[in-house]
Amino acid sequence: MAIDGVMESDMVGLRNLIVIGNGMVGHKFLELMVKKEGHHDWNIITFCEESRVAYDRVNLSGFFAGKTAADLSLVEPGFYQENGLKVYIGDKAEIINREQKKVISANGVEIEYDKIVLATGSYPFVPPIKGNDATGTFVYRTIDDLEQISAYAKQCKTGVVVGGGLLGLECANALQNLGLKTHIIEFMPRLMPVQVDDLGGQVLRAKIEELGLTVHTNKVTQEIVNEDGKVTKMVFADGSELETDMIVFSAGIRPRDDLARKSDLTIGERGGIIIDESCQTSDPDIFAIGECALHQNRIYGLVAPGYKMAEVVADRFSKNGNNDNSFTGADMCTKLKLLGVDVASFGDHFGKTSGAKDVTFVDSRQGVYKKLVLSEDGKYLLGGILVGDASDYGTLLQFVQNQITLPPHPEDLLMSPREGKASLATMGVDSLPDTAQICSCNNVSKGDICRAIRDDNLRDVPTLKKCTKAGTGCGGCVPLVTDLLKSELKKAGVAVNNHLCEHFAYSRQELYHLLRFHQIKSFGELLEKFGTGKGCEICKPAVASMLASTWNEHILSTPHVGLQDTNDYYLANIQRDGTYSVVPRVPGGEITPDKLIALGEIATEFGLYTKITGGQRIDLFGARVDQLPHIWKQLVDAGFESGHAYGKALRTVKSCVGSTWCRFGVQDSTSLAIEVELRYRGLRSPHKLKSAVSGCTRECAEAQSKDFGIIATEKGWNLYVCGNGGIKPQHAVLLATDIDKETLIKYLDRFLIFYVRTADRLERTATWFNKLEGGIDYLKQVIIDDSLGIAAELEAQMQSLVNTYQCEWKATIEDPQKLTRFRHFVNSDQSDPSLAYVEERGQKRPATQQEKEIMRSPGILIPVS
Amino acid sequence: MVQALQKQTEIKQWVDVCSIEDIQPDTGVCALVNGEQIAIFRVGATEEVYALNNYDPFSKAYVLSRGLVGDRKGIIKVASPIYKQNFNLKTGECLDDETVKIPTYSVQVDEGRVKVESCF
Ligand code: SRM
Ligand SMILES: Cc1cc2nc3c(=O)[nH]c(=O)nc-3n(C[C@H](O)[C@H](O)[C@H](O)COP(=O)(O)OP(=O)(O)OC[C@H]3O[C@@H](n4cnc5c(N)ncnc54)[C@H](O)[C@@H]3O)c2cc1C
Ligand code: SF4
Ligand code: FES
Repeated sequence: MAIDGVMESDMVGLRNLIVIGNGMVGHKFLELMVKKEGHHDWNIITFCEESRVAYDRVNLSGFFAGKTAADLSLVEPGFYQENGLKVYIGDKAEIINREQKKVISANGVEIEYDKIVLATGSYPFVPPIKGNDATGTFVYRTIDDLEQISAYAKQCKTGVVVGGGLLGLECANALQNLGLKTHIIEFMPRLMPVQVDDLGGQVLRAKIEELGLTVHTNKVTQEIVNEDGKVTKMVFADGSELETDMIVFSAGIRPRDDLARKSDLTIGERGGIIIDESCQTSDPDIFAIGECALHQNRIYGLVAPGYKMAEVVADRFSKNGNNDNSFTGADMCTKLKLLGVDVASFGDHFGKTSGAKDVTFVDSRQGVYKKLVLSEDGKYLLGGILVGDASDYGTLLQFVQNQITLPPHPEDLLMSPREGKASLATMGVDSLPDTAQICSCNNVSKGDICRAIRDDNLRDVPTLKKCTKAGTGCGGCVPLVTDLLKSELKKAGVAVNNHLCEHFAYSRQELYHLLRFHQIKSFGELLEKFGTGKGCEICKPAVASMLASTWNEHILSTPHVGLQDTNDYYLANIQRDGTYSVVPRVPGGEITPDKLIALGEIATEFGLYTKITGGQRIDLFGARVDQLPHIWKQLVDAGFESGHAYGKALRTVKSCVGSTWCRFGVQDSTSLAIEVELRYRGLRSPHKLKSAVSGCTRECAEAQSKDFGIIATEKGWNLYVCGNGGIKPQHAVLLATDIDKETLIKYLDRFLIFYVRTADRLERTATWFNKLEGGIDYLKQVIIDDSLGIAAELEAQMQSLVNTYQCEWKATIEDPQKLTRFRHFVNSDQSDPSLAYVEERGQKRPATQQEKEIMRSPGILIPVS
Repeated sequence: MVQALQKQTEIKQWVDVCSIEDIQPDTGVCALVNGEQIAIFRVGATEEVYALNNYDPFSKAYVLSRGLVGDRKGIIKVASPIYKQNFNLKTGECLDDETVKIPTYSVQVDEGRVKVESCF
């Protein structure tokens, strides 16, 4: 069958480019040719030996998990036709006639070529064992192979995988999932011999055996015995035997260089088509990419290096491509989850560099093995192996790839941050490499920012923003940028003050103390006593928050209203077009059908866009200022309260269903989440606060990513603090174990007020914690052992806030004076005429600038809703 | 549509928009004057008022009246509620980007009434 591209492919005058092999790399090459617009200059023809076009071989095992061939396909529908590419499916290129410059296929197609790209991949190596062709022996490479394996396995009880490498384990996983008693035979002394060392191999083996697989290492197969042609048992060199119904060989791969050999291209000693940095073979008109190519005596059995090669060649064949692009080798770093076990290796993981030292950590209880290979002077990370816990893989890889200097005790990197010492997550901005992207909106790296600070002698964030553009998009990176500035100035010996802003020569912590000590109840009073000028958008909301968390007066009452940031000002979240979103509180994410219906009715009545938030509640978007009180009147009547999505305050306490419904739950996490959310609702803090409660260690509520997270245990609750999702995710740290509910609430009261009193403005708990001297040990002393003697005071402050809580929205709609501000014009009932919406997926969304212009052009009415 | 009319006859006139009590100290309101959206700010609990166009050129939304009023090094200014750029209340100049300046309007408080000057 041939899929024929429209016209272009037969256009005269264009040269012929033949791609042999339509696997992962061959297809990537085609995609890149189209992306780089090189396909306009060539007739591109592809031979695809398999019966289906390119599919995702890396996720091949997904086939057993229910993925269909269509799910795995890498080819966008219409890709060949639309881009004028011709594909011969199920047709193998048999001959390359280099004299006549022709390719001839098994089906007899003959095409002249100007250039050829070989992307023939590799084939599974089947060891030359007597009987290896009996019925019931398989390989694991193509969808066809998997279809055969799964059909045959139906009549089998036992299966054997020959080869305990990366693919072998994946294959063993598949056999086990097919219900077979599965054995792995490895002739080396350990599993995954290429990726892990002896110790790592032991840990890996223990984990895999725990899952019910049988591992045989140091086993050399001598013969495969069959009965009536069907596999029955294996005989090993040591005389032992193993009965089995089927065998899958996964003993390595060999490059498919048969066609290249026949055409007399230069082949490596142990196979592989030799290529140079531009992926050219010994014939300047023939290139080779992917697993069939041999670069500097190396075959890359991974897809990423193959993709890089595809890019190099596509660049060369496209007018606008980067001609200097070259393939200079790739790291064989791998990270995978096999049978639920994390395994990763990267860099010089066997420590072959001269003088290399290593640090290892083995925990045979938990099945964790970590090894770091360090340079001779211990300053740099050269590589490493991780088994059982590969969560630090990404960061460690950064250390290797960017040559970041290691902290003084690299061994700390192997431990979880429990001890409050340097750990990967808590090393702050200094630990980031220069290449780390700080501002993703404007693609500004740490290096760019530090350079600007140094070279242009910058001293403050606004100028830094102006010079580097960092922080001028969504603004999300500003805290990181600020930390970088502080750290750079400190390094340069410039005194950095921690003054709140130009109006107060005090830190937030100092001001908070002054405000409580002098019983100050308004911004004006504080400014008069301790500040200068009129205040600004930095100090006003910060002081408003301090006042609220101390005296808890309504934030829209007269002395406070002018201090509030826009969102607090209207008790709603401002959106890009100046309208607002409304987020009622849904404690613990639990909601009755009636309340859902009420939300639906209100949204329909006011024409609001609705969406489920990431915080287990519902957001209603597109409310105009004048609509807000009417919407809230109805919400309050339906039993809703403010969700404080607009405030630097407690947001959500997410829950999982817990022991009430879930078969694994050990405590009632939903009830606790609701209780916690109701206790701390409305609490104003330096930054927003988020929490979650999970009913068991499976952690479906993701409590460990929260400012405070609670996880049920058999005996009570574990309390974690100072986690963060967001811009720089960080795991929460365990503060207390197996505590009962009363203790939990007590610790939480203390922890939260301690944070509220001492953190900087807009500092989340995680950042606050990272700067906290003494780390978790210190925090435990303050919160649990009451080392500062303030526990009772902290609890009392929280209790007073709990007692004075009021729903801000309920109080607002009941007060005509507060309501006067909820209109767009002070002198007209009209709403903002600039608002315009279009429909998308059955709901409204703000019109783009362009759409607005079209709507405004003559003859078209501006839809204002 | 309104812009087209504006230039024809240049008659200046004070337009009464609200009472000073309608503007809480250190906040702003938006008035609809002659088809234009004008943000009026009250500094402190005084009768010191300023008027700027309500349009925020950075977010392209009509929102400036909802910004926070304050000062930077003595210059009285408002911070846009959306992306927080600051505008000089007296001149309309953007303090964070010297290439941007927004229109200002004459405004006064006369016997407790706030009035904006507009051209008809
Ligand atoms: C609505 C929502 C997205 C959604 O459609 O799901 C959302 C929307 C906004 N998020 Fe978020 N975040 C939402 C869940 C999250 C989550 C997920 C969660 O809470 O589990 C995170 C990561 C978890 C975390 O905070 O640690 C999240 C991390 C952020 C951050 C980064 C915070 C950080 O520490 O790095 C910001 C920026 C900030 O706060 O400075 C942010 C800021 C915002 C703001 C307020 C940006 C802004 O000023 O306009 C967005 C406006 C909300 C609005 O208009 O209603 N949002 N945001 C989610 C509301 C949840 C809710 O029910 O209240
Ligand atoms: C089960 C499995 C799991 C894997 N997991 C990972 C992983 O986690 N990470 C990773 O990086 N890599 C993984 N790999 C390896 C990855 O799949 C390969 O690196 C990648 O597929 C190589 O792409 P390729 O195009 O070079 O070869 P292939 O994808 O094998 O494609 C070559 C194609 O060319 C065809 N062909 C050969 N000769 C001819 C001819 N003469 N005419 C026409 N067609 C021909 C072949 O039939 C084949 O379809 C895995 C592989 C397998 C099998
Ligand atoms: S909702 Fe959150 S992640 Fe999404 S755009 Fe807004 S701030 Fe960014
Ligand atoms: S990430 Fe820097 S401004 Fe958005």
